[in-house]
Amino acid sequence: MNHMWKFSVRRMLIIIPQLLLLSLLVFLMAQAMPGDALTGQINPDLDPQEMQEQREELGLNDPWHIKYADWITSAVRGDLGQSFQFKMPASELIWNRMVNSFWLGVATLIITYLLAIPLGITSGRFNDSLLDSSITGYTYIGFATPIFIFALVMLWIFGYQLGWFPTSGSVAPGSDPGTFEYIVSKINHLLLPAISLGLITTVNTVQYLRSEIIDTKQKDFIITARAKGASESRVYNRHIFRNSLLPIAAFFGFEITGLIGGTVFVERIFGYPGMGDLFIQSVLLRDYTVVTSVVLLFGLASILGALISDIILSLVDPRIRIK
Amino acid sequence: MSKLLEVKDLRVSFKTYSGEVQAVRGIDFDLKKGETLAIVGESGSGKSVTTKAITKLLPEPQGYIKTGEILFEGQDITKYSNKQMQKLRGRDISTVFQDPMTSLNPTMKVGKQIAEGLIKHRKMSKAQAREKTIELLELVGIPQAEKRLNQFPHQFSGGMRQRAVVAIALACNPKILIADEPTTALDVTIQAQILELMKDIQREMDSAIIFITHDLGVVANVADRVAVMYAGKIVEVGTADDIFYNPKHPYTWGLLGSMPTLDSDEEELFAIPGSPPDMLNPPEGDAFAPRNRFALEIDTQMEPPMFQVSDTHYAATWLLHEYAPKIEPPESVQRRMQGFASMDDGKDGEA
Repeated sequence: MNHMWKFSVRRMLIIIPQLLLLSLLVFLMAQAMPGDALTGQINPDLDPQEMQEQREELGLNDPWHIKYADWITSAVRGDLGQSFQFKMPASELIWNRMVNSFWLGVATLIITYLLAIPLGITSGRFNDSLLDSSITGYTYIGFATPIFIFALVMLWIFGYQLGWFPTSGSVAPGSDPGTFEYIVSKINHLLLPAISLGLITTVNTVQYLRSEIIDTKQKDFIITARAKGASESRVYNRHIFRNSLLPIAAFFGFEITGLIGGTVFVERIFGYPGMGDLFIQSVLLRDYTVVTSVVLLFGLASILGALISDIILSLVDPRIRIK
Repeated sequence: MSKLLEVKDLRVSFKTYSGEVQAVRGIDFDLKKGETLAIVGESGSGKSVTTKAITKLLPEPQGYIKTGEILFEGQDITKYSNKQMQKLRGRDISTVFQDPMTSLNPTMKVGKQIAEGLIKHRKMSKAQAREKTIELLELVGIPQAEKRLNQFPHQFSGGMRQRAVVAIALACNPKILIADEPTTALDVTIQAQILELMKDIQREMDSAIIFITHDLGVVANVADRVAVMYAGKIVEVGTADDIFYNPKHPYTWGLLGSMPTLDSDEEELFAIPGSPPDMLNPPEGDAFAPRNRFALEIDTQMEPPMFQVSDTHYAATWLLHEYAPKIEPPESVQRRMQGFASMDDGKDGEA
C-alpha cells in the first residue's frame, strides 16, 4: 500500500508540467487569433491615439510572457476574463454549463460501461459463436456511424415521433432547484443524449474487452488455473476477467477525452446547455475569451482523465506500483 | 506394483485449415504407483500433447482425442465430463508447466494461487489453506514463506516461481504429477535444484511422475523408465538402464549420440540428419526411415511392430526382426553407452 501512495503522489506531480504546457499552448493559440479584448468593444469614433493609450494601460501591448503570467494568475484565481457576447464573466457563464456537461459525461460513461462489460465478456468468452458475431456486428455498425447522424435519428425517433424524451434543454422550465421533480426532470433531459452517445462510444470498449479476453484466454496461467481444477466460471471471473480489465482501465482516461469530442456534437443537437454547446456558440460568435477558457477546461479534463486511469491501473495491476 | 494409469491406443489430432494434424498416432504405456516415467523426444513428437490429453487440457476446439482409452485407477477418463475432470485435475493429476514466467497469474498473490486448489478440492477454510500454503512454500524451499505468500509473481525470480508452480501442483498430494519440461526455461544450476526438489517430494509423497523432456541428461537423473517418442508414436520404451546401456532403436541412438557429455572428446556433436515428418501427411511405413541411415527396404512400406527385447524393454524397429541384418549401434554411441555404464559405477544420484 505504501508503494501505492508513492506512485500516486509521483503521478500527480507529473500533472504540473502537463498543466503548464497545456496553458501555454492554449494561451499561444489565443494570441494567434485576430483581434484582442478591445476590438469588439471599440467605438468607431474613438481616436486611434486614445485607443493606443487604452491598450497600453490594459497591458495589451506587453510582451507575451507577461501577458501569459497575468492571464494564468487570474485564471488560477477563477477569473477567466469577460465574455464579449454575454457581457458577463466567462467563469460564471461556464460554471453552469460545466455542471451540466459533467452529469452528461457521467451518465454517458455509466451507459458505456454498463453495455461494454457484459457485451465484451460474452463476445470474448464465446468467440466465433453466433452471439459473438451479432455483438461484433453491432460494434462495426457503431464504428461506422457518425455520432451527429445517430444523435439526430435518436432525437427524431424518441424525441419527436414517440415523444418519450424532451427535445432540448437540461431541465423543464419552472421547476424549482432542489425539488424531487427538478432532479427527475434533469435526469429525463440528459437520458436521451447520454444513451445516444453511450451506444456509439461503447463499441470501442466492447471490441477492446473482447480482444483482451480472447488474448488472455490463451495465456499459460489460464492452463495452470484449469490444471488446478478450477471451474470454468472461476477461470473466467478470477483469472481471465481481471487480467483483461487492466487495459480497459488504462483506456478509461482516453474515454473521457473522446467523450469531450462526442459531447460537443450531442449537446448541440439536443440543445443541451453544456460546455460543448457553449464552445460551438462561442466559436460562431468569435467570443474568444470563452473559447480559450473552454479549451483550457477540456484540456484539464483530459489530463485528469489520464491521471484517473493511471491510478486505477495501479490499483488493479500490482506490477505498475513498483516502478 | 499396481497400474495407476494405463494409456491404450491413444490418438490425438488437431483440426487445422489445411487438414487433420495427427499429433499422437496410437500410443500405449502405463504408469505404476510412485514411479517416474520420462517421455523423451524432439519438439513436435507429441509428448506434450499426450500429457495434455491425459488432463484433457488440449487447446479447444482444435485438439481432440480421436480414439483410445486413458484408464486412471481403472476408470476411462476420456469419457469423463468437464465437471468430473475438474475434480480430478489438481487433486489426482496435476501439472507443472514449462515456463514459470508465464504460468502464474500476474495479478494474483502467489499464496492465493496455491490455496486455490486446497480450497476447491480439500474444502479448506481460508485460514487452513493459508497454514497449508506456508507449509507447501517451505516444502518447496521458498524462505520467508509468510512474507512470500502475499507477494505477486513479478516479485519472484524464475527459480522461485517454478518452485511456486511446483507447490501449486503438489497442493493436494496428487497421485500423478505431470512435469512438462519443468526445467527447460531455467538456467542450469536452478534446473538441478528443481530436479532435486521433485525427487525429494516424490519420495515424501509417493506420487508417480510423468516427466516430459528433450534433455537426456535430465532423464538419466530422474527416470525409472523411459519412453522415446517420434512422430506421434512411442518407438522405444524400457527402464532407464535399458535405454541408456542397451538402446535398440536407431532414433534412440541418434538422441544419445547428440547429447553432449563432459568427457566426450569428439569435436563435433552428432546431429540426426533431416527433420521430423509433416504430421498432416504422416509417411507410410516407419516415420523415421527417411532420417535413418540403417533403414531397411521394408521400412518404407510397413510400420514396424513393437518387438520385445526383454521383460521391460520394447522397441519398434525392423532391425529387431529375426531376418534383419545384425547391426551394432554406431561407434560413438557405443562409447557413450560405456561411458554411462562407468559413470553409473561412481554416481549416487548426480548426473
